[in-house]
Amino acid sequence: MAENLIKPENLVYEKTKVLTDRVMHYCPGCGHGTAHRMLAEAIDELGLQGETIGVAPVGCSVLAYYYFDVDMTEAAHGRAPAVATGIKRVFPEKTVFTYQGDGDLAAIGTAETIHACNRGENILIVFINNGIYGMTGGQMAPTTLPGMKSSTSPRGRDVATMGNPLKITELIAQLPGTYFVTRQSVHTPGNARKTKRALKKALEYQKLNKGTCFVEIVANCPSGWKMTPVQSNKWMEENMFPFYPLGDIKVPE
Amino acid sequence: MKELRLMKGNEALAEAAIRAGADAYFGYPITPQSEIIEYLMRENPVERTGMIVLQAESEVAAINMVYGAAGCGKRAMTSSSSPGMSLKQEGISYIAGAELPCVLVNVVRGGPGLGTIQPSQSDYFQAVKGGGHGDYKLIVLAPATVQESVDYVKLAFELAFKYRNPIMILSDGIIGQMMEKVELFEQQPRLTEAPEWATVGKKPGRDSVIVTSLQLQSEEQEKVNLRLQAKYREIEKNEVRYETHLCEDAEYLFAAFGSCARITRKAMEMAREKGIKVGLIRPQTLYPFPVDAINKLAGQVKGILTVEMNAGQMVEDVRLAVNGKTKVEHFGRFGGMIPSPDEILNALEQKIIGG
Amino acid sequence: MAKKGDVVINIEKCKGCEVCLAACPHEVLALSNEVNSKGYHYTVKVNSGCTGCANCAVVCPDAVITVYREK
Repeated sequence: MAENLIKPENLVYEKTKVLTDRVMHYCPGCGHGTAHRMLAEAIDELGLQGETIGVAPVGCSVLAYYYFDVDMTEAAHGRAPAVATGIKRVFPEKTVFTYQGDGDLAAIGTAETIHACNRGENILIVFINNGIYGMTGGQMAPTTLPGMKSSTSPRGRDVATMGNPLKITELIAQLPGTYFVTRQSVHTPGNARKTKRALKKALEYQKLNKGTCFVEIVANCPSGWKMTPVQSNKWMEENMFPFYPLGDIKVPE
Repeated sequence: MKELRLMKGNEALAEAAIRAGADAYFGYPITPQSEIIEYLMRENPVERTGMIVLQAESEVAAINMVYGAAGCGKRAMTSSSSPGMSLKQEGISYIAGAELPCVLVNVVRGGPGLGTIQPSQSDYFQAVKGGGHGDYKLIVLAPATVQESVDYVKLAFELAFKYRNPIMILSDGIIGQMMEKVELFEQQPRLTEAPEWATVGKKPGRDSVIVTSLQLQSEEQEKVNLRLQAKYREIEKNEVRYETHLCEDAEYLFAAFGSCARITRKAMEMAREKGIKVGLIRPQTLYPFPVDAINKLAGQVKGILTVEMNAGQMVEDVRLAVNGKTKVEHFGRFGGMIPSPDEILNALEQKIIGG
Repeated sequence: MAKKGDVVINIEKCKGCEVCLAACPHEVLALSNEVNSKGYHYTVKVNSGCTGCANCAVVCPDAVITVYREK
């Protein structure tokens, strides 16, 4: 019989206390859970739990405030960057983040996103891009790929009639108000760890008051894409990453 | 120290916001209320009191900035005029649903649509019946003078925090644009301690604070609605404000609010000179509405004429209050037109006395 | 020689997505034949090859895996 390793001194990984114990409502294999945990771990490791105020969006992560054990406000659809602006302006010393999906951030909230970034609000915007409206049942999103099927593009996105997918992160990086803009994923251990490093950097940069930090996480939507979680991660690598390449887009000089 | 000044309505209101100890103003320019944000930017209150002022990219963004700041337990406000107020309704509904305090100012202009930049009272329904989606109420204060514009800002913040509810000051282009003598109240201190419901960062030993209007379980949402309704009943009990003029011997009654009440008062004086015993009731709170006062007067008079700069909005609340006791008619000019005292007197004679 | 490790899986919170299976470099994990109270087949350890690398726990969307490693 092997030695029992399960004792406190051998502990190398457990759920961070910045996540609550609630069972998340996300579908099996959804990237939201891992993205939540990377952000929560970043907050935990920097000791920011007691001074962080988060803003949840409308979308699948509308209930994010049940999972992050930090003070949070639930915004109207697309308005999280404006809500976060209000919070940060009255509490400039606090750490403020928004957590938004692609429909929220890049369609209905485009104006709020761009102007918060252009003003250089000292907030962190976490942008989950899975190319689909998950919560409402898999409709076409601003980031849906050309030819990609959804319940409102059942024959595939036809860019001639439905418009083009919006690479909002590249657009955001052009704005003088942004300080750090990066695109990551959480579907492999290596990618998830890189995402956490990016989030930690972004939270540290917030203390410098140099502008908006914007972390896109390209994520899967197994239910919306109608695949198993493992298939969806493979599909994401093969289809999403060529269009939304991972890596830093704007780094501080 | 109290201070006497000659000031434009919008600017006086902006000065009152600073003096009321507001923490934050978020706005977007629109005629006829742009002087509010212009005055604040010029005055730069961050140096006087620490109050921050930000010009947002839209009315939608501005109200959501108010939502964020209000959730932090701060005194936050915004102002706009009719088309801009329509844009804010989404955010106002969320603020009412999340039970946060804030102050909203609508310097009303004529509509619908882009309408006109001239004064109007055609946003009465939007202000007193909720305005956005869902069962909610704003406390609506209707100033008739520049002085009231000033005093109501302070009152609005007090009521907003007392009831954790958005308060609207329903002004109009006349009050916003005209200059009057005004006595400014003394500088009030800004809040130093955050209420326990505010997002300030999770403190050890307490649960995280969640500001939300979302309840996915119907049973829970109904509880929220019942709690809100109980609060509104409390507001109806405590916060009715109105003024009456020459009602003791009145045989007829005018009902008018805001700037229109001033013109109507002139019409009342002209009627009295002709021997017509008419009084005036001026609701200062449009919600809660002075139902009992109007119902009582309805038992005394032969008819009531509401005078409004709209096609007939407050008249519906007057009729509900009167509950059939006496005749109620409406006289209005709209689209930015302002009724004259002659027209009002004529309407009283035609629609109430002769009708 | 690689260090020895072990995992504890909160089977009631596991949704059986199999992302951890794909992340494990030593094929230590598999799905159970049984289901939990939500009806999901859950992750179980099927051999003693765990090195405590925590890859499974890092990619687990539901934070159900706790990892131990010998000192």
